[in-house]
Amino acid sequence: MPPGWTSLIFDVNGESRAAIFPTHHTLLEVLREELALPGTKHGCELGECGTCAVLVDGRPILSCLALAADMKGKKIETVEGLQNGNTLHPLQQTMADLGAAQCGYCTPGILMTAKALLTENPSPTDGEIRAALAGNLCRCTGYHKIVEAIEGAAALLRGEDWVAPREVLYGAVEPGREG
Amino acid sequence: MAEPLRKEDPIDLIEDPLLDPEPATERPLRWIGTPFRRVDGRAKVTGTTKFADDLTFPRMCHVKLVRSRIPHGTIRSIDFSAAEKIPGYLGCLTGADTPIPFGILPVSMDEHALCPDRVRFVGDPVAAVAATTEDAAYEAALAVIVEYDSLPTIASVEQAISTPEPRIHDYGDDGNLHKKVSMRFGDVEAGFAAADRIFEDLFFYEGNTHLPMEQHATVAVPEDDDRVTVWSSTQTPHYLHRALAKVLGLPASRIRVIACSNGGGFGGKSDPFNHEIVAAKMALILGRPAKIVLHREEVFYCHRGRHPVTMRLKTGVTKEGKITAHHLETALDGGAYGSYGVASTYYTGALETVTYDMPAYQFDGIRAFTNKPPCGPKRGHGTPQPRFGLEVQLDKIAVALGQNPADLRLQMLVAPESITANWLQLHSVSLDRCIEAVVTGSGYRERWGNLPEGRGLGLACGSYLCGAGLPIYWNHMPQSGVQLKIDRSGCVAVFCGEAEIGQGSDSVLAGIVAEVLGVDLSDLRLCVADTDLTPVDLGSYSSRVTLMMGNAALQAAERARDLIAKAVGDQLEVPADRLVFAERRVFDASDPSNPEKGLTFQDAVIAAEARFGTLGTVGSYIPPRSPGKYRGAGVGPSPTYSYSASVVEVEVDPQTGLWRPVHVWIAHDIGRALNPVLAIGQVEGGVYMGLGEVMMEEQAFRRLPRHLSNALVHKFPSMLEYKSPTFLDMPPVTTYLIEDPDPQGPYGAKEVGQGPLLPILPAVANAIYDAVGARVDQVPIHPHMVLKALDAKKKGGEPRYGPKSFPEVDFGETLIVPTPAQGGNGTAINEFRSKLRSGMRGVATGTMSTRDEALRQKKALTTKLEDR
Amino acid sequence: MLRLPAFDYIAAQSIEEAAAILSGEGAGEGSAEAAAQGQPSPVRLVAGGTDLWPNMKRRHQSAKTVVSLMEIPGLSDIQATHPQGEIRIGATALLSDVANHPQIRTRYPAFAEAVDSISSPPLRNMGTIGGNLCLDTRCTYYNQTEDWRRSIDYCLKEKGKTCWVATSSPKCLAHTASDAAPMLQALGARVRLVSREGAGGGTTERTIPIGELYRNDGIDYLTKRPDEILTEILLPAEADAAHCRSAFWKLRRRGSIDFAVLSAAVAVWVDAGGVVTKASVVLGAVASCPSVAEEAGAALVGKKLTEESVKEAAGLARRVATPFDNTDFQAQWRGAMVEVWVAGALRGCTAGDIGYGSDRVHG
Repeated sequence: MPPGWTSLIFDVNGESRAAIFPTHHTLLEVLREELALPGTKHGCELGECGTCAVLVDGRPILSCLALAADMKGKKIETVEGLQNGNTLHPLQQTMADLGAAQCGYCTPGILMTAKALLTENPSPTDGEIRAALAGNLCRCTGYHKIVEAIEGAAALLRGEDWVAPREVLYGAVEPGREG
Repeated sequence: MAEPLRKEDPIDLIEDPLLDPEPATERPLRWIGTPFRRVDGRAKVTGTTKFADDLTFPRMCHVKLVRSRIPHGTIRSIDFSAAEKIPGYLGCLTGADTPIPFGILPVSMDEHALCPDRVRFVGDPVAAVAATTEDAAYEAALAVIVEYDSLPTIASVEQAISTPEPRIHDYGDDGNLHKKVSMRFGDVEAGFAAADRIFEDLFFYEGNTHLPMEQHATVAVPEDDDRVTVWSSTQTPHYLHRALAKVLGLPASRIRVIACSNGGGFGGKSDPFNHEIVAAKMALILGRPAKIVLHREEVFYCHRGRHPVTMRLKTGVTKEGKITAHHLETALDGGAYGSYGVASTYYTGALETVTYDMPAYQFDGIRAFTNKPPCGPKRGHGTPQPRFGLEVQLDKIAVALGQNPADLRLQMLVAPESITANWLQLHSVSLDRCIEAVVTGSGYRERWGNLPEGRGLGLACGSYLCGAGLPIYWNHMPQSGVQLKIDRSGCVAVFCGEAEIGQGSDSVLAGIVAEVLGVDLSDLRLCVADTDLTPVDLGSYSSRVTLMMGNAALQAAERARDLIAKAVGDQLEVPADRLVFAERRVFDASDPSNPEKGLTFQDAVIAAEARFGTLGTVGSYIPPRSPGKYRGAGVGPSPTYSYSASVVEVEVDPQTGLWRPVHVWIAHDIGRALNPVLAIGQVEGGVYMGLGEVMMEEQAFRRLPRHLSNALVHKFPSMLEYKSPTFLDMPPVTTYLIEDPDPQGPYGAKEVGQGPLLPILPAVANAIYDAVGARVDQVPIHPHMVLKALDAKKKGGEPRYGPKSFPEVDFGETLIVPTPAQGGNGTAINEFRSKLRSGMRGVATGTMSTRDEALRQKKALTTKLEDR
Repeated sequence: MLRLPAFDYIAAQSIEEAAAILSGEGAGEGSAEAAAQGQPSPVRLVAGGTDLWPNMKRRHQSAKTVVSLMEIPGLSDIQATHPQGEIRIGATALLSDVANHPQIRTRYPAFAEAVDSISSPPLRNMGTIGGNLCLDTRCTYYNQTEDWRRSIDYCLKEKGKTCWVATSSPKCLAHTASDAAPMLQALGARVRLVSREGAGGGTTERTIPIGELYRNDGIDYLTKRPDEILTEILLPAEADAAHCRSAFWKLRRRGSIDFAVLSAAVAVWVDAGGVVTKASVVLGAVASCPSVAEEAGAALVGKKLTEESVKEAAGLARRVATPFDNTDFQAQWRGAMVEVWVAGALRGCTAGDIGYGSDRVHG
C-alpha cells in the first residue's frame, strides 16, 4: 500500500466489501464514495447533527468522525441493510406510513439510531425514545411523527398488533364536531 | 451509475394493513382525504432517494468556491499559482468568466456567479477551483490568494440610513436603501381620530435561517453540442433554468435542469445560486461533469433566510375593540443583495389585513443593503415578523380593554368572500373555527389569566397565501402545467415541473390523478422537476403547489377521464356521464352488479387509444385576476388564504428567565386535507420551526472593535452554535385540521406548509406575559430578556424588553389607494406620479386573463382538437 | 463535505509504543520539542476523535502524525480494586460505557450523570473519558473554519495576536468545556500520566490530583507535558455515595448536543449529625479550566445544609466565575446563573437525589 493509503475488507450489512482509500478518509466518505452506499447522508461533518449515524458493532456512531481505517473487524450497518429482502423493516414501514420521513434526509441516521434503541430496549417510553434520538436533528417534522413511528415499530417488533391512532392520522377531533 | 432520472422506482402499493382509510360519506374517495403512504416514502426510508450529492458520473470533478474574507471591498488581485501546484488541480474560474448579472427578481438582477470586481459580504464568492477530488479542490481553494482594498461596511439598517455613500449597489431607491414603500388605504387619519384608544408598539424580529439538513449541492454534466444538464437541490428548477440561460449565454433549450429531491428547503433553495451557475460553467469549460457541494458554513452564506425586521405598529380601536385604523412601519435588514427582497418588503405589509377587519390601513417599509449574507424568503416570507407584532399588540389591547383575547379577535374577523382595504380578494375563512378549536382544546377561556405564577397561556392567529397570485417575472403563461401520457399498458405517466422538497407535492400530484382516474398509485409513474421533459411549474415557494399544481393535475386528469369515458361509453353503449372510474375499473355506476357493463382500466385505455389514437392530455393553472391594480398590488394576492390559530402553554422560571413551551394547540383552516397524515406533518413541522425561531434560532453577526479590525462576520455559522431544537426541546402538539372546502382549491384544498408557523411566535410571547406579567417584544426570547423585563417590573417600570426606537427614515411619497368601502376601483389616485419611479412596474399590472377565461379558451381549443 | 487533511496514522498497540512515538523515538517524527516551541504539533494523540477530527477539519489543529490509543489492550477497562475500593477507569473507556457502568452509577451517581450529559448519544459511543478530560478549550472565535478565522485575522489561541473576546487580555480566554472534569475534581479524583523513559522502551508515570492537570489559560490549558499520555482516572473510595453526596447541574441551550455554558459540580461530606465536614464546589465552562469555589466549599464546613447555608455558598461561588461572550447565551446572564446553579446542585445534595439541570425550567 502506498503511504497515506489503506486497504480494508469491510463487513458492511453482512457483506464483505473491499476498498482502497486515503487513510484520512472517514467512514462516511468511504461508504458513500468507495462502497457505493450513498444512503448515509451528511449535514455538517463535524458531529453536530447526527445525520450520518450508522451502527458499528450495534452501536450508533457518527460516520463523519470515524476513520474508515479503524473499521477492521467491525460490523457496520447502514440504512441500505435495514430491509429484509424486499420487505421493509418495521421502522421503515411505520416511518413511511406516518410521513415521518418528509424530506427524508435525516431519515437514514434516525432509522439506524432507532434500530439500536429497539434492540436494546424493546418497549421504550416516549422519553426514552427522545433521549436516544437527541443527537439526531430533523428540520421538517417537529419530531412527533418520528416518535410515533418508533413506538409503532416497537409494537410490531414485539409481535403486537399496531394501528396508528386516529389522532396521529387525522388530527384531533374539532371540539363540537365529535361523533 | 444508474440512470439518474428520478422517479424510476416503482411506487409502493398502498395496501397497508396499518392504515385504515376513514369511510367517507357521499361518493367515496379512494385517495383524497385518506392518509395514504407518501409516494416517495419507500425510497426515503430505504436510502434510495437520490439527493444531488448522491449522484456521481464518470470523470466527475469537484469544485470549490473561494469566498471573500472581507465584508466590503474591491478585488485587487487573485493569485492561483499555489493552487495550481496542488496535485489534481484542473482549472479555475473568476468573475471575468461569468460577467452577466442575475437575480431571482427582474427588478434586482444584482448578483454575479463570481464577483467581477466588488465583494459585499464575508462569504461572497470570488473564484472557483476544480480538481479531481474534493480533498484537492478544498486544498486548492484554501491556497488561492485574493488581495482586496477594503471599503466602509454597513452592519445595520440605521447605518445604511446614515451612510448613503459609498453605496453597496449602484441602484436602489435611496443611497443604501434598496427599497422604499409607502401606501395608504382609506382614511387612516379619520380612523385614528375615531378611535377610543390608540396603541403604539415597537417590535424586533431577529433574522434566522432555514438550516435544511441537506447542504446545497449541484452536479452539471456537459453533453455534446454545447448542452448541459444540471442536477441541483433547488426548489425552483424553472427559475434556475432561466438564470442559467442568461448567465451562460446559451439558449434555454440547450440547458436541462433537474431538481433532485431536496433535503429540506423552507425557502432556502428558491434562488438561483452562485454555485449552481459555477458548476455548469465549469463543466462546460472542462468538458467533464462537475460537482459542487457546499459545506455547512457556506449554507449560512447562501442564506436568503428571514429578514431581521424592526417594526412600529399603531392601532386605533373603539372601546368595544373594533379596529378603526392601523399603521405599520417595517425596516428590513436585507443583506448584501436583492434576492427576493423587494417582494419581502411588500410582504411585510401585504397580509396585515387578511385576518381582522381593518377599514383603514397604512403601510410604510424600507429594505436596507448591509454587508451581510442576503436575506430572502423563509417559511412565511416576510409575514411572520409583522404577524408577531400585530398578534402581540392585540394581546396588549385585549388586556387594556379588559377583554378576553379570543373574544376580542372573534368579534373583528374578516368576512369570507370579502375584499380587504388593500384590495385582496378573500374566499373561505374559517378562522373562527380555528380559534374556537384551540380555545376549547386548551381551556383558554377558563385558564387564561388564572394559572399560577410561572404558567401561562397565549393565543395568536395567522394567515397565509395559497400561492402568489403573480409569477416572479411578468408573463401570460400558466403558473403550473401537468401532462399525462396514458397508453395500452394501463400506466399513467404524469409529467409536472413541481419540485418535491419534502412537503409531499409528489403525493398531492399522484393522489389527485389516481383519484380522478380511479387507479392505484402504483399505476402511476411520476416524472417531475425536469425542465426538458416536464411542463413548467414555477416551483415550491409561496405555498403554491397544492393549489396550483393540484388544479392543473385535476384538469389534465379530468380531460383524460373524459376521453376514456367517451370511448368506453360508446363501446358499452352507456352514456359517458354514467361511467365511474374506481378500483382500477371503468363501469356503469347505475349497474355495478353487471360486470358486462364495465372494463378494467387498462381495457378502457385500449378502447380510448383505439378510438382517438395516442392518448395525452394537459392541464394548466392560471390564478384569478386580483382586484388590486395599484403599484405594489402584485404582492399579496392569492387564489385564497389559509388561516391558523394557536394556543401555547409555557412554563417560565421568574428567577432565571428560562422558559419552555409545555403544550401547543394548533388549528389550521386547510380547506380540505388531501392527505391528513401528511398535512399534520406540515403543521407539526411549522410549529417546530416557529418554536425554534422564538426559542433560540438567530442568524447573528458581529463586528470586531473597529479600531483593530474591519471584520463583520457571522457569529456562528455551524449546526452546533446556530441552535435548532432537538427531540428533547419539542413539546406535545395537538393539531386540528379544520376542513371547509374552498372552491378555489383542488377538492377544496388550501395550503398547509407555511401558515401554521405564523401564530406560534406571538402565542409564546403572549403566554410568557400570562405566566409572569412580562412583555418581550422581540424574538428570539432569550432568558436574560425575560429577566430584564421582570427586573423593570420590580423597580416599578414598564415590564417590557424590546426595541426602544424605530429608524428615522423618509419612506417617500405615499401611494393613496381608496378602499372598496370608499368606492375605490383598485387603483391609486396618485399613481401616475409614482409610476415614474416605479420599482415593481409590470409586476403589479394584473393583466393576466382570469382562470375562467383561460379555461373557456382552452376548452374551445381542446374540443376542436377532439373533433378533428 | 468538510474533510480531514492528510496525515500519517498509527494505531498504537501499547502505551509504550504510543509514548515512544510521542517522544520522537517511535515510528512518527519527533514532536515534544516542536510543540513546546509553539509549532503545530507534528504528532497528536487521538482517542474517540470527536474533538480532534472536527478541529482538524476546521484546520485549527493540525498534525503530521496521529497516534490512536483505541487499539491498546486494556486501556478502556473499568474496574474496582475491591467492592468499596477506588474505581480505575481506563482513558479510552467510552463515555457511554462509563455513564452506564453499574458500579459507577451506584457509587458515583453524579459523575455518571455528568458523563451522560456530554454531547449527544452517538458521540458518547465514540468519545472517551480521557478525551473529555483533555478536551481543547472552546471559543466562538476559534471553533470556526479556516476561512472564517482568516476573516478575523485569527485569534490569540491560534496564529493571531489578539484575543477578540477581550482585546486587552494578555491571555487566551477560551473556556473549558469538559463536563467530566469539574465533577471529577469535586470528587477528588486523580489521573495517571505516562511518558517514555530511557532508551529501553520503558515508561515512567506520575499520578496527580485532577485539579493539577489544568491551568487557567485558554491555550496552555493542560499541565500535562506533550510527551505524556493520560492513561487512567482514579475515583477515590472516599467519594463513594456511601460517604459523599454529590450533584451535577449543567446549563446549556438544548436538551442535547450542546456543550455546557455553565456547570456546577458539588460534593459534600457530612457527619452523622448532618454537619458538613468537607465540601467541594467546582464550576465548569466559566473560565479556561474548572474553577474551584474554595470559599464556597469552606463556608459550608461546620454547618448543616440549610437554605441559608446553601445560598451563602452559592453567592460565594459566583465570585470565581468569569464568563465571557465566547459561547451561547448572554455572558452577564450566565454569570448571574452561577448562583442559581450552585444552589440547585447543593439542594440536590440535601435531598439526597442527583440534581441534573440543563435548560429545563425547574418548577
